[in-house]
Amino acid sequence: MAEWNEPIVTPPIISLRGIVNRFGRQVVHDGVDLDIRRGEVLGIVGGSGTGKSVLLRTIIGLNRPAAGTIEVFGMKLLDLSASERRRIEERWGVLFQNGALFSSLTVAENIEAPIKEHTDLAESLRREIADLKIRLVGLAPEAAAKYPSELSGGMKKRAGLARALALDPEILFLDEPTAGLDPIGAAEFDELIRSLQRSLGLTVVMVTHDLDSLAAICDRIAVLVDKRIKVGTLAELQRDDHPWIRAYFHGPRARAAGIDAAAESPQPSAAS
Amino acid sequence: MGREALDLLAFFGSLVETLAGLVMRPARLRWVSVVSHIERTGLNALPIVGMISFLVGVVLAFQGADQLRRFGAQVFTVNMVGISVLREMGILLTAIVVAGRSGSAFTAEIGAMQVNEEVDALRVTGLDPMEVLVAPRVIALVIALPLLTFFADMMGLLGGGVMSVLLIDVSFGQYWRLLNNAVALNTFIVGLVKAPVFALLIALVGCFEGLRVSGSAESVGRLTTRSVVEGIFLVIIFDALFSILFSYIGV
Repeated sequence: MAEWNEPIVTPPIISLRGIVNRFGRQVVHDGVDLDIRRGEVLGIVGGSGTGKSVLLRTIIGLNRPAAGTIEVFGMKLLDLSASERRRIEERWGVLFQNGALFSSLTVAENIEAPIKEHTDLAESLRREIADLKIRLVGLAPEAAAKYPSELSGGMKKRAGLARALALDPEILFLDEPTAGLDPIGAAEFDELIRSLQRSLGLTVVMVTHDLDSLAAICDRIAVLVDKRIKVGTLAELQRDDHPWIRAYFHGPRARAAGIDAAAESPQPSAAS
Repeated sequence: MGREALDLLAFFGSLVETLAGLVMRPARLRWVSVVSHIERTGLNALPIVGMISFLVGVVLAFQGADQLRRFGAQVFTVNMVGISVLREMGILLTAIVVAGRSGSAFTAEIGAMQVNEEVDALRVTGLDPMEVLVAPRVIALVIALPLLTFFADMMGLLGGGVMSVLLIDVSFGQYWRLLNNAVALNTFIVGLVKAPVFALLIALVGCFEGLRVSGSAESVGRLTTRSVVEGIFLVIIFDALFSILFSYIGV
């Protein structure tokens, strides 16, 4: 892996500055700054209620922040006209938590929907692209004609991933990609994301709870604490002495995921 | 309450904007979805709407004949049935049945999509939920409700006719002739012009509440109830407004 500590040469692909989100009187984010580099896999973690998904939704434009700027591909998202925004949206794909497949359409039609909306490709060509994406995410070709209600949770996520990849995006946003999968399925999904990221040159931003995913595929991790963000590699965050970050990366589950073993722990902590 | 009314008004505004956009580019409208919603909200509602209207016609004639007999004016039962079915009962009952049947279905369908994040997925894909989900439902109901109302009017008159033949000693031929004298084309039109407006109200509220669903299945249930109650409430308010308008312009 490249050394991430060397100075950044290319500008960040996504850049958040001073993002403030509040719901009623409750402030969720208070001045979040975050730079995401091209070609990295960034994991966003945080306790429940710290607004991980809200942050993701803010970047992809489903939630308008109360203050702050969002730059993607060097353009300020909040100032763009509708048609300029559309051109940006074509360059990213989103996988929602349970796939969020359109329930009235088959898997193939789901994948074709964004292609139909953003291009003028002929129907036969659209169909070919859909078949290709279905194979790309490791689904059986028969899945193409199935409706979302006929698929298992893991297959829905794969189909959702295929739809997110339909327009050959540069950035992939994932909301808890491994939640609800059994450990084997989760490991396979991690592996799939990693291999797609490498072969397609994607930048991946994922919200996750899964320490195994963090250890296995994330280049850097962004931790939401105290309404702001701390970013670093796994090794850097393990040396951080913020109480929540310590608890997260040195807890029993972290040890089970083999994270804690990597860091030198000064004294043997009591296991519970 | 006031806040919600404002939100609904804003929603109506953005619907008008979307519809204007669709008039400019009709190819963008989901025609398949429109036809499928006409089938579900119109065709499939025929049995229940027909049965209710028929029975209301029967009840009106029965009660009317009973009261009017005291004045020896039994024959005016036909006038009463004709005017009340065509002006008020046909459209109002149809609108209430449709609000309960289709308004609730709109809210539940869109609400379930909201819970499943499908609506977000639409937005992210660059599809406008207003164009894909709301416009086809509104257009379908605006087409279906007047047709249903016409059917309800006919069934109501038929029910009234059957009862009149049984109670007041007229033949079917005489019933139709009396009816012909009692009602003018105006009476029928006054009832029917309300249908598209009521359809718009029901579809608007149904879709609006559906898009307000957030997070849980519990919220789908709560907002579905709300959508039916608000839909019926608005229909009756507007029916009253129509009455005032019609008496003002003298029809």
